[in-house]
Amino acid sequence: MSKVKSKVKSEAREKKKSAHEPLFHVAKRDRIPFWKSILIRFGAVLLAIAVCILFALIFADVSPDMLIKSMVDGTFGTERRQWLTAEALARLLGIALALTPAFVMRFWNIGGEGQVLMGALASVTCVIYFGGKVSEPVLLLMMLAAALLAGALWGFIPSFFKALWNSNETLFTLMMNYVAIQLIEFMLVFWNPKHPNMDPLPHGHLNLFPSVEHYGDELTMIVIIFAVALLMFIYLRYSKHGYEISVVGESENTARYVGISVKKVTMRTMALSGLLCGLVGFLIVAVFDNSVSTETAGGLGFTAIMVSWMAKFNPLVMIGTAGIVAFLDKGAACLNTNLGSVQIDNFLTRSMGENAPTGIPTDLPNILVAIILFFIVGCEFFINYQLKFRKFEFGSKKTERKEEAK
Amino acid sequence: MKRFFSIVLALSMILSCFLFASCEKKRDEDDDWDDDTEDVSETEEDEDDKRTREEDSADRYTEEDEETEDKTAFKLGVICLHDEKSTYDKNFIDAVKKVQRELDLEDEQIIFKKNVPESKACYDAAEELVDEGCTVIFANSFGHEPFLLKAAKKYDDVQFCHATGTMAHTEKLPNFHNAYASVYEGRYLTGIAAGMKLKEMMAKDPTVIPKIGFVGSFTYAEVISAYTAFYLGVKEIVPEVTMEVQFTGSWYDEIGEKNVAKNLIENGCAVISQYSDSMGAPAACEEMGVPNVSYNVSNAAACPNTYIVASRIDWAPYLELICEKAMAGDAEDIPTDYVGTLETGSVALTEINESVAASDTEETVEKYEKKLKKGSLEVFDTQSFTVTASDDKNKNAATDANGVLISYMADVDTDSDFEADTEAVSQDGKSFEESKYRSAPYFDLQIDGITLLNAKF
Repeated sequence: MSKVKSKVKSEAREKKKSAHEPLFHVAKRDRIPFWKSILIRFGAVLLAIAVCILFALIFADVSPDMLIKSMVDGTFGTERRQWLTAEALARLLGIALALTPAFVMRFWNIGGEGQVLMGALASVTCVIYFGGKVSEPVLLLMMLAAALLAGALWGFIPSFFKALWNSNETLFTLMMNYVAIQLIEFMLVFWNPKHPNMDPLPHGHLNLFPSVEHYGDELTMIVIIFAVALLMFIYLRYSKHGYEISVVGESENTARYVGISVKKVTMRTMALSGLLCGLVGFLIVAVFDNSVSTETAGGLGFTAIMVSWMAKFNPLVMIGTAGIVAFLDKGAACLNTNLGSVQIDNFLTRSMGENAPTGIPTDLPNILVAIILFFIVGCEFFINYQLKFRKFEFGSKKTERKEEAK
Repeated sequence: MKRFFSIVLALSMILSCFLFASCEKKRDEDDDWDDDTEDVSETEEDEDDKRTREEDSADRYTEEDEETEDKTAFKLGVICLHDEKSTYDKNFIDAVKKVQRELDLEDEQIIFKKNVPESKACYDAAEELVDEGCTVIFANSFGHEPFLLKAAKKYDDVQFCHATGTMAHTEKLPNFHNAYASVYEGRYLTGIAAGMKLKEMMAKDPTVIPKIGFVGSFTYAEVISAYTAFYLGVKEIVPEVTMEVQFTGSWYDEIGEKNVAKNLIENGCAVISQYSDSMGAPAACEEMGVPNVSYNVSNAAACPNTYIVASRIDWAPYLELICEKAMAGDAEDIPTDYVGTLETGSVALTEINESVAASDTEETVEKYEKKLKKGSLEVFDTQSFTVTASDDKNKNAATDANGVLISYMADVDTDSDFEADTEAVSQDGKSFEESKYRSAPYFDLQIDGITLLNAKF
C-alpha cells in the first residue's frame, strides 16, 4: 500500500518538474561518430569566418574578399611567405610537442616560454665563452648539450616540488617563466652594461642544408621538428614510458596500484618536456637569431599550449593545429600591412573627427584571430556535450500522461 | 530537430552582433544631428570633394602616364617598433604621411610594417619589403639595427636607412645609412623657455628655489645628452640653477614616470622635463601645478595649465631626402650618417603655450635659435659648465684646474669592447662636438650641478 502511494507521489513530482523544465539542458554525450565531430568542427570554422567577415565589415569597413585575399596572400603569397609560414608552423609545433607529454600526464606545464628561453640562454652562453676557441661542430654540440640541460632543469624543478610536496604546478611553471625572463635581462646587462641589446654573434650557426638556396635555415628547422613529431608520436603511442604517462594522467591511484612510481614518472616526463623546449630554444638561437633577448620565444610558449590542446595531445594532429595558428598569425600580419594605410570612413572614424587614425585598427587582425580560435575551441563543447531541448507536449501526449496518472 | 535548433541559435548570435553594430551606427548618426546639423552637410561636401579629387587623379594618370610610371617604380618600406599608440612611433608615421603628401606618392608606394619587434622578425619584415619591390627601407628603432644590417648585406641593390643607429660609419656599406638629429639644440632651446619661467617664478615667490627636475629613462648617452643640454639652456637664464635626475629604467612606464615626477616635485624642483614616451610625467605636473617641458608631442590640450613647450625631431626632411635621392636614381648619394639640424628643419619646437610661459619667451627663444643656427653659440660650450673627473666618475675626461673640460675620449665606434676611441672636444678646446663623428649622441659626461638620484639603469 505505502509503496503504491510513494510511486504516485514521485510521479506527481516528475510531472511538476516537467512543467518547469527549461527550454534546453546540457547533457554529456556518450560517444560521437567521427564524421559528426568533423562536421561540428567544420561548421564552427565556417561560422567563425562568417562572424569575422561581418565584424570586419562593420567595424573596419574591410570587404570580405579583401580580408580573405590578405589572409591567404600573407601565408602563401610568395615563395618566401610559404617558407616563413612553414617555419612558423615548425617552431610552434616544436614547443607544442614539448608540452604534450606533460599534458597527457595532466601536469599543466605553462612554463614552455621559460624553458625555451633557458635553452636559448644556455646556447648563447656557450657561444660567448667558447665561440672561436673551439671548432664550429664542437661548439654546436656544446650549445645543444647546454640547451637541453638548461631546459630540462627548468622543467624538472617544478615537477620535483610537485612530486615531493604536491605544489601547484600551474603557478610554479608560470612563475618560472618570469624568472627566466629576468635572468636573461640580467645576463644581457651583465655581458654588456652599455648596450643591453645583443647583436647577432658570429659563431655557432647551424645550417644542415647549405646547398639549399636562401631557405636552408628554414628547412633545417622544419626537418628537425618534424622528426621530433614522429618520434614523439612513437614515444607516446608505443613505448612503455608513453603508456606510464597516460596511466598517470588517467588516474594516479591506478598507476600506484599497478606499481608505477608516480613521482618518478612525473619528474622524468617534466624533464623530457623541458628538454624538448630547450631543443627548440637551441634551434632558434643556432639556426636563426644567433643572439638572445626576452623576445626570443616571442610568446609561443603560451600559444603552443593551445596548439597541443586543440590536437587532443596527438603529435600528428598537432601538425594541423600548428598550421592553423601559423596561418592565422601570418595572415593577420599581412592584413595589417595591406590595409595599414587605407583611409577608413565609417561611423567609428567619423565620430573621432580629426583624430581618426589612418588604416585599420592595428588590433583588428588579432581580434579576428581570437574570434576564430574562440569558435574552434568552443566547438569542443558541442562535441563533448549535447543540448537537449524540451519536448513539445501536444494534446495526445498530455492525455496519455493523464491516463497514466490515473 | 536538435540540429535545426542549434543552427537557429548560432544564426541568432550572428544576427544580434549585426543588430548591435547597426544600433551603434544609428545612435552615432543621431548624435551628429543633435549636435550640429551642419556636420552632415559637411560630410556630404567632403564626399563630393573626394569624388572630384579621385576624378582629377584619374585624369592625371592618363595625361602623365610616363611620369607616374617612373614614380610608381619607387616604393618606400617603413618598419616601426610599435604603432600610432606610441608617441615615438606616431612621430615617425606622421612624418611619412607628410612626405607622402609633399612628394605626391600613392598609397601603394608606401608599405608599413608596424609592431615589428627587435628580433629576426625585423629581418623577415625587411625581406618581405624587398619582395614587394621596395627600393628604400627605413626602420625606426635602435634595436632593429643588427637585423637591418644583415638584410643590407644580402640585398645590395636596396637602400636601408636606420634612425638612431650607430653602426653605419664603421660598417661602411654603400647601402646602409644611419640618421639622427641634433635634438640637443632643441632641448637647449626648451631649456631657455624653462629658465625664463623659473626666473619669473623666483621673482614672484621668494620661496621658490632654483632647482629643476628631469625624469629619465635609461642612463644612455642619448638621454644624458638630452638632459644636459636642457640644463645648460636653463642655466643660461638662471646661472645658479641645479638639477636632479631620476631614471625609471623604461621607455614607457606611465605609473613609474608619474611617481618619479611627483618625487622630484616634492624635492622642491620648480620645473620638470622628461625623456620618456608616456604621459606619466606631464600628468603628474598638471595634477600638482608645476610647469612642464615635453618631448615629441605637444601636451597643450592635455595639460593646459602647466605645459610650456616641447622639442621634437621632425623626420620628414630626412625621409624626403632619401625618397628624392632614390627616385632620382642617386641612392648612393644618401649620406652614411645624416644629422638633421635646426637648419634642415629636423629639430623643431612645438608652439609655445602663452598662458604658462613667461612673457617674451618666444622672442628670447628665437634669439637663441638664430645664434645656434649661425654657429655663434654652441650648446656644449666648454666654458658654460664644469666637470669633476675622478676614477669612478667621468673616467675619460681631463680638465684644467678650474674644472673646465679640455679633453674627453668618447665611445663613438660601436665595437665589442666598448672602449673610448675618439677625442670629442674640439681642437681649439671651445666645445664638445656632439653628433660630429656619428649622428647618434655620445655625450655621456656627468657635469657639475646635476645630481643623479639613481643611476642603475
